[in-house]
Amino acid sequence: MDNINQKDYYEYVKKKMPKPNYVKNCIWAFVVGGLISVLGQIITNFFNVRGLSEKSVATATAITLVFLGAFFTGIGLYDKLGRGAGAGSIVPITGFANAIVSPAMEFKREGFVLGVASKMFVIAGPVLVYGYGSSILVGIIYLLLKK
Amino acid sequence: MAQKRLGKQTVVLVNPPSIISTATIVGPKEGEGPLKGYFDLVLEDDLWGEDSWEKSEAKLQQEAVKLALFKSKMVPSQVDYLFGGDLLNQIISSAYAARSLKIPFFGLYGACSTKSESLSLGAMSIDGGFADTVVCVTSSHFSTAERQYRFPLEHGNQRPPTAQWTVTGSGASVLSSKGNGPYITHITTGRIIDPGIVNANNMGSAMAPAAADTIIQHFKDTGFKPENYDLIITGDLASLGKDIAEELIVKEGYDISKIFMDCGIEIFDAERQDTHAGGSGCGCSAVVFAGYLYEMLKSKKYNKIMLVSTGALHSPTIMQQGESIPGIAHAVTISNER
Repeated sequence: MDNINQKDYYEYVKKKMPKPNYVKNCIWAFVVGGLISVLGQIITNFFNVRGLSEKSVATATAITLVFLGAFFTGIGLYDKLGRGAGAGSIVPITGFANAIVSPAMEFKREGFVLGVASKMFVIAGPVLVYGYGSSILVGIIYLLLKK
Repeated sequence: MAQKRLGKQTVVLVNPPSIISTATIVGPKEGEGPLKGYFDLVLEDDLWGEDSWEKSEAKLQQEAVKLALFKSKMVPSQVDYLFGGDLLNQIISSAYAARSLKIPFFGLYGACSTKSESLSLGAMSIDGGFADTVVCVTSSHFSTAERQYRFPLEHGNQRPPTAQWTVTGSGASVLSSKGNGPYITHITTGRIIDPGIVNANNMGSAMAPAAADTIIQHFKDTGFKPENYDLIITGDLASLGKDIAEELIVKEGYDISKIFMDCGIEIFDAERQDTHAGGSGCGCSAVVFAGYLYEMLKSKKYNKIMLVSTGALHSPTIMQQGESIPGIAHAVTISNER
C-alpha cells in the first residue's frame, strides 16, 4: 500500500461513495424551511393586527423566532429536525438560535465563564464576524458611491 | 536476535497467553442493536449517574475492568499491568479509570485501533515473561467523542451517508499466562498508511488501505491463507471502508470475501438505528470482541479469528490545518489452539 496514488485513490473512493439522497434532502429542506418562514409570517401578521409599528413588527418577529429556536433546542427537538431538514432548519433565524444555544448547553459542565460564555459562539462566531464584516464593507462602498 | 519474529511485522507468541475472561458495558443504543444479547451490561442512561459524559466514560472502563476480573475471581491488586486507551484528549477516560484501579498502567493511544494495540502489548508482556496477568481495556462514548471531534449534541446538522456513529461502551479482556484459551498466537503490528483523505466524515476510506496492508502483511509473514481463518474482522471500517479493504486484499490474491466482517457494521442496524455507514470508536471493536466474538470462540463456533482494529490518527486541529488522515491497523490472531 506504500505506492498508493492519492489522486487515483480519491477518484476511486469518490466513485464508491454512497451519494446523499439529494431529491429527498431538497424536499425536506424546502418544506421545513418554508414552514418556518410561514410561521414567521403568521407571527408578523399577528403583531401587525395588534398594532405594532412596521419596524417593531420585524424586531418582535425575530425575537419570537429566536425564542422558539432556543426553546426547541433546549427540549432536544431541534437537532432531530435538523437531521432531516438540513439547510431548511439551519438557514432561518431559528437555526442561528440553535447554533448558539446548543454549544452553551453542551459546555455548561465546564463552568459559566470558560464553558458557556466562551464556547457559546464556536459555531455562530464566524457568521457574526463575516456578517458584520461584510455589512461594514457594503456600507463603506455605499457611502463612497453616494458621494 | 529476536527469536519470536516472523517476517517483517509479525511476532509469534511461543507461550501464548490465554484470554481468561472479558466484560462489556454498552450504552442504550448499542443495547438495541443486533448484538444486544452478548453484552454484560446495557446502560439505561449514558450518563450512568455521573455529572458529565467524560466521567461516565471513565466509569465505563473502570467497571468493565472490575467485572472482567470478577468473572475470573480476581481483584485489581492481582493484576500486573493495565493496558488502556480511549479517544479523548490525554486519554483521560483510561487515566481516571486507572486512578481508582491502582494497577500499574500503560496508557495507549491508537485511536480506534487501541483495542488490538492493547491486546498486542498485553500478550507480548506475558509471552516475554514480564507478567502473569494483564488487563486490556478500551472505551469510547458517543457524547464525549461528538463534542471533541464534531458538533454539540443539540446542534441541528445533517450527517453525510459516510459518517459513522461512535459506540458508547467499554470492553475489557483479562489475559493470563495460565488458562485454556482462547489464545493470542500471532500479532501483526501495522504501519501508518495515509491515502490522502481529508474528510473526517469519511474515515472508513482513510483507514481501509492500512487495514489491507496489515492483513496482507500478516499473510505474507505467517504463510497463513484465508482458509486458515474462520473470521477476519476489522474494527470500524464501516460499509464503505470494508468494501474498499476487501477489494484491495482480494486484488493481492487473498480471497477473504467469505470470512471478512467489520465490527462497525455488526454492532448497529444501520437502517433502523440511523447510524449511516456504521459504528466507530475504541469501544466498537472492544465490545464486539469482548462480547460477541469471545462468546463465539468459547462456544467453538469460531476457532481461529483475526481481529484487526483500525484507527484514524488525526485530530480536529490538524484537519483544520489541511492535513490528511493517517490510518493504522493492528492484527491479533486469536485461536482456540495454542
